[in-house]
Amino acid sequence: MVKSLGDLHSEEAGTIIEIRGGQGLANRLNSLGIIPGKKLTKKGSMMLRGPVTVQINRSLVAIGYGMAQKIIVETK
Amino acid sequence: MKILLMGNPNVGKSVIFSRLTGVRVVSSNYPGTTVSYTSGFMKIGDDTAEIIDVPGTYTLEPTSEAEEIALDMLKSGDVVIDVVDATNLERNLYLTLQLLEKKITLVVALNLWDDTKHRGISIDRKKLETILGVPVIATSGLTGQGIKDMAESIPSATTSDITPMSRDERWAFVGKIIDSVQTITHRHHRWFERLEDASVKPKTGIFIAAAVLAISYYIIRFVGENLINYVLDPLFHSIWLPLLTKLSVFMGGGGFLHDVIVGKIISGHIHFIESFGLLSSGLYVPLAMVLPYIISFYLVIGLLEDIGYLPRLAILLDTTMHKIGLHGFAIVPTLLGLGCNVPAIMATRVLESRRERFIAATLVSIAVPCASAQAMIFGLVGKFGGKYVAMVYGTLFLVWIILGFILNKILKGLSPELLIEIPPYRIPPWGIVFQKLFYRIDNFLREAVPIILAAVFVINILFISGIFDYVANFAAPVITGIWGLPEESVVAIVIGFIRKDAALGMLALSALTAKQMVIGSVVLTMFFPCIATFVVLLKELGLRDFLKSMAIMLISALTAGGILNVVL
Repeated sequence: MVKSLGDLHSEEAGTIIEIRGGQGLANRLNSLGIIPGKKLTKKGSMMLRGPVTVQINRSLVAIGYGMAQKIIVETK
Repeated sequence: MKILLMGNPNVGKSVIFSRLTGVRVVSSNYPGTTVSYTSGFMKIGDDTAEIIDVPGTYTLEPTSEAEEIALDMLKSGDVVIDVVDATNLERNLYLTLQLLEKKITLVVALNLWDDTKHRGISIDRKKLETILGVPVIATSGLTGQGIKDMAESIPSATTSDITPMSRDERWAFVGKIIDSVQTITHRHHRWFERLEDASVKPKTGIFIAAAVLAISYYIIRFVGENLINYVLDPLFHSIWLPLLTKLSVFMGGGGFLHDVIVGKIISGHIHFIESFGLLSSGLYVPLAMVLPYIISFYLVIGLLEDIGYLPRLAILLDTTMHKIGLHGFAIVPTLLGLGCNVPAIMATRVLESRRERFIAATLVSIAVPCASAQAMIFGLVGKFGGKYVAMVYGTLFLVWIILGFILNKILKGLSPELLIEIPPYRIPPWGIVFQKLFYRIDNFLREAVPIILAAVFVINILFISGIFDYVANFAAPVITGIWGLPEESVVAIVIGFIRKDAALGMLALSALTAKQMVIGSVVLTMFFPCIATFVVLLKELGLRDFLKSMAIMLISALTAGGILNVVL
């Protein structure tokens, strides 16, 4: 199933297939190793469209809700 | 020779730095920016080399001011020590490859090496060295393992024959390296890691945050108050006061020079707060009133920083803070303001954009009462009953929220969305915690004390030349008309513009009703909390934004006092 990172459930895993949005966002995410093809697991999110926390590579990254909506992942 | 320490944020770079350098460590601001870096010296054979701890960066294609500076500093180095988090090799190698592609003379420090074992990670160091073509040393800043090897390997630092590649190629290459040098054995989560997860989930996270904040607040107050009551205050009163009294007698007990240097004699004595001389208040305010809180605050914040808790607090509060134009991270300076506004305003440096720094610093200076102001509020307003104290706090909290909301609406720009790496919890080495505390205190003493002395001098001149009386006459209609305060409190309020503690004391002398006392306290809190904050605000914001902040302060104090006068 294809959905945005923001719509993932807690502890659900997926593979990034696309990053929508501008070059600036892609640059920032790229430097943290958040690029298409990477697997990630959502750890949780804060209420009221708060930041989404994901486990990617071996690090934990918090991503603002707006950004998380632009990261498209494929789940099994 | 100039050696640069570079690496991702949170890889223990500063710990390696302090292990390599000796005592002559300086923290400076990069010219024209708020980004600060530390530099020191180390011996290599018979030579002395300068080491610079470059701000943490993920990439050489800058995405923030700190990263731009890191890139800029790269030009000035002869050798770069690339500090890499061995427990997160994949993400860290991206920067390493960028450095190698640029033909930088490099040594790689595989730091946090001791952590890899219990995380089930095994890295073939020799193989990594062969692939990268530069020395790779396993280090642990915590235990000091490998630091000596690191120092000895600096002369053998070299460039690599890795050629420039595109982003995708680079990540692909990183993937290939990881496959050939790293093996990961699965093991069960330790309780430490469970706690890491719990602190970023909403339900458990809020509970943990409340506990951490409450404990921090008590430690800060406990350490600060005890330093004041048992160390600094006694020192000033039993050692400094007798000396100063002798000087006062020697200078004839009065006159222009005496009042500027020693301060005014108040009912026969030198009073450390009210005398306001260079050698009395000028030293007492920064050293005995502010310094203790600087020490206790930086001790606690340094611990939270090194443990890795702060980013978790930031994401927890991010949604709420965004409503008032701030990033989750701004909660840190705000809470600090409840102890002392000076370190709080200095702490706004951690915020990303100028806009955020402005909002956070302005809100702290206007609506967050420091510990000494709170003591005054309890003493003066408390005698009319807890209800009135609650009114003061409630009003200040509303001012904080409403003003933040308004500033967020009218100031140009958006607060950037949060994107931060959350480091794993780590047990900080005490030696490093205290070393960092020492640098920060040293920095405060060098930066703040001279400016406070200068400000005390200027204010004395304003008083003596009568400019102050002129201002008082000018302000009188506002104070009596809009705020409904009696005529005799005019002087107190005007003095409160710079000397709040004294002003609250003066308010106590005039017989005010409960309502007037509430208004007086709110208005006085919203004016500059004290001269030290005034100075730090100017220094941190620059003249233009400082004037803006002052205008906002005046308008909001005027409005809040006026509304209270009508409503109560």
